[in-house]
Amino acid sequence: MADLPELRIGIDVGGTNTDAVVLGADGQVIAKAKRPTSPDVTEGLRAALDAVLGELEGGWERISRVMLGTTHATNAILERRNLGRVAVLRLGAPATTSVPPLSGWPDDLREAVSAGEAIVPGGHYVDGREIAPPGLDAVRRFLDGVEADAVAVTSVFSPAGGEHERLVEELVKAEYGLPVSVSHEIGSLGLLERENATVLNAALYGVAAHVTEALVTAMAERGLGARPYLAQNDGTLMTLEHAARLPVSTIGSGPANSLRGAAYLSGVSDAIVVDVGGTSTDLGVLAGGFPRESAAAVEIGGVLTNFRMPDILAIALGGGTVVRNGGIGPDSVGYRIVREALVFGGATVTMTDAAVAAGRSPRGVAGWRERLEAAVQADMSERADISERMEDILERAVAIADETVIDAVDRMALGRTDRPLVAVGGGAFLLPDVIPGASRVIRPEHAEVANAVGAAIALASGRVDTILPAGDSRSEAIERAKEEAAARAVAAGADPSGVEIVDLLEVPLSYLSQPAVRVHVKAAGPLAR
Amino acid sequence: MSSVDVSDIPALARGCAVLGTGGGGDVRTGSLAAIRAIREHGEVPLVELDDLPEDALIVPLSGIGAPTVSHEMIHSADEPGRIAEEVERLFGRPPSAIMSSEIGGSNGVAPVAWAAQLGLPLLDADGMGRAFPEVQMVSMYVAGLPADLVIMSDIVGNVVTIRPVDGLWSERLARAVCVAAGSTALMADYVLTTARARGAVIEGTVTRAIEIGRATEGTADPLGALQESLDAVRLITGKLTDVERRTTGGFVRGTATIEGTGDDRGRRLTLELQNENLVALEDGRVRAMVPDLITVVDTETAGAIQTEALRYGQRVTVLAWPCDPLWRTPKGLDTAGPRAFGYDLDYLPVEELTTHG
Repeated sequence: MADLPELRIGIDVGGTNTDAVVLGADGQVIAKAKRPTSPDVTEGLRAALDAVLGELEGGWERISRVMLGTTHATNAILERRNLGRVAVLRLGAPATTSVPPLSGWPDDLREAVSAGEAIVPGGHYVDGREIAPPGLDAVRRFLDGVEADAVAVTSVFSPAGGEHERLVEELVKAEYGLPVSVSHEIGSLGLLERENATVLNAALYGVAAHVTEALVTAMAERGLGARPYLAQNDGTLMTLEHAARLPVSTIGSGPANSLRGAAYLSGVSDAIVVDVGGTSTDLGVLAGGFPRESAAAVEIGGVLTNFRMPDILAIALGGGTVVRNGGIGPDSVGYRIVREALVFGGATVTMTDAAVAAGRSPRGVAGWRERLEAAVQADMSERADISERMEDILERAVAIADETVIDAVDRMALGRTDRPLVAVGGGAFLLPDVIPGASRVIRPEHAEVANAVGAAIALASGRVDTILPAGDSRSEAIERAKEEAAARAVAAGADPSGVEIVDLLEVPLSYLSQPAVRVHVKAAGPLAR
Repeated sequence: MSSVDVSDIPALARGCAVLGTGGGGDVRTGSLAAIRAIREHGEVPLVELDDLPEDALIVPLSGIGAPTVSHEMIHSADEPGRIAEEVERLFGRPPSAIMSSEIGGSNGVAPVAWAAQLGLPLLDADGMGRAFPEVQMVSMYVAGLPADLVIMSDIVGNVVTIRPVDGLWSERLARAVCVAAGSTALMADYVLTTARARGAVIEGTVTRAIEIGRATEGTADPLGALQESLDAVRLITGKLTDVERRTTGGFVRGTATIEGTGDDRGRRLTLELQNENLVALEDGRVRAMVPDLITVVDTETAGAIQTEALRYGQRVTVLAWPCDPLWRTPKGLDTAGPRAFGYDLDYLPVEELTTHG
């Protein structure tokens, strides 16, 4: 298929800013914009979209795709807003009854989400035997007695065999007409964490519809005939239809986008990526061009989940971090930095001021040094009696910040020191040029909008996480897992001819009667036209 | 008589994790089960041996199986009841209390749930004072009680009663039943009368675990508070620089290396692991060894880190402290001393091995 000259828009809604970029036909950044994230998210999205469109000199009809990474889902869970009511079904009885669904959830979240919970017969043993046939009549009795917007179904050992969940899904769709989340599409082994993620997913269907509508409306208002996509947390995209099924996948897409964007802008595929924002800094690791995934359970809104998330270490250090006599942060002036920092003529000493004093500034800024020097002079004349001089405070702040970053890089590098470090985000200038633990520091152009660039890169993925016998049938079973992962990538929007297996991980399991391996397969490919 | 309530569970869980010496399983699922059971059935009375009649039946319980499985196929709430019924059938009277077989790790927390589900008190004692990987590594065996009864129940309601000839056979047969039951089961190993339990169980360990957990609450120096509560030796504070793992015979073995930082800069400690932390070495010299307790904690939070969660770059402190005197007897050392784990070492108590404080 011949490449038509096309443009792509990537938008990333962050906690502080909404960034947007336009990538040209050759993949270069041809327009970029940063706008404050609005409380309702949608206004900031429109403003950023208008800003990049305004930078283009016509040619809107060449825009073929718009990709959005957004915090809508995270915010909905954190604020307990716009969540759907979920009927929570577990297939596993008589097993698992000692810990019912939603145990350990914060009361307010449980109240906002749960329409009722039931443990019915079903599920499998680790070796594939049925614990009990799925209790379809018990499912009906439960659903007849609840009023729900959606149903979440979790079956014991479903990552190794999802047929009981499928049966219940078909029943619910046919007889009750409700949307259904099935756990084997969402999480891996670890019943409670997978169930939690599945319930959150079902609670987010309404939020997903709202985001989709906002994006589609914003595009229609501007006459854009492009195809919309949502970013997910492994750094790839999904069609709106796919996102409607798996809204929980959008959680964590921001850091994943920034990692993918860093890889794209720097041209390296194995690196430590440090994204410095206004309030915090996220560190992640690129492995083969994709974010390294977290091995530990991840807490969202007070609930432990185990769906794949990028392995991110967040530290309380950003451009707006407040510097004081005796240390730095963890508080930050956030978006108010443009009024309050010394380099902007304000009166609060921030990490940005300390970095500028140490000779570190973003490219192309004017007047920062002069305003900072004026503030330092004024301080000296006003407070000559203070034992510690401003210059020393600034110098020590930089030393503390550097030490914090070096320590965090070391934790993420797991002992390897041969990889480069890619510095991105609006506060990347804070970082020193030499960091032990990294072979060199790369500062790519457009690094301040790396997250929006990451959203604009057009790849879709699919994955399978399951348990397979380690014996003779192993290689055949792995081939089937690969095919399934590829099929899921195509379902997410990938071009079938371009899908490749990008990750294959086998872990032997101990203590079992039959040797078995846990297999993780990921497939990814360019989006279909 | 005291009791265990919902508000005690987080502290109990933290204490049990510390006493797990790196093993014993994750305390999270057991905590959720305990909180749920107390909410449903009420708080659990915590009794001492003196609170019970001499012929009262005490049932030591533990979960047995593969961690991968118990994390996915969680216990049925009916399992303890089936064991209690079997005890009553065999002995002609119902059990009066249940006990944790192993206070370290998940088996220290989950018995609160089992006691609540049965409406029975929990004995303030356990069979290890820590965590160990094998069924015969319990104080009852060391005290010379015949290992002649094991009762197991599984998720679907099967009950298996084993009359083994000794502790080694009880481990072998219980393991086989567990695999057939889907690699997870609930097990009563020994059924004790109060009279027989004297001197054969390690007393006060539930209260102790809660105290250890409480010590790190609301303090600016959790590590110092934990060390003081345990009266432990601080072997090193540093950074984890290497973890090597190998799976042999169903158990994970490995070595972890910790390089000293701060006051300990220039020092290096290596830990030999087999599910639990077993031997700590520095410059070829043993600093502490099993059955004394060796626990790796996060230097900042003082939370215990399990052997499978050890990871390069963690900032950790290694603490060691004496085991119950029972384990230092000849039979105790035969059962769970360094040679029982394959280390050709003569046991020396941690307090004699260390000059650092």
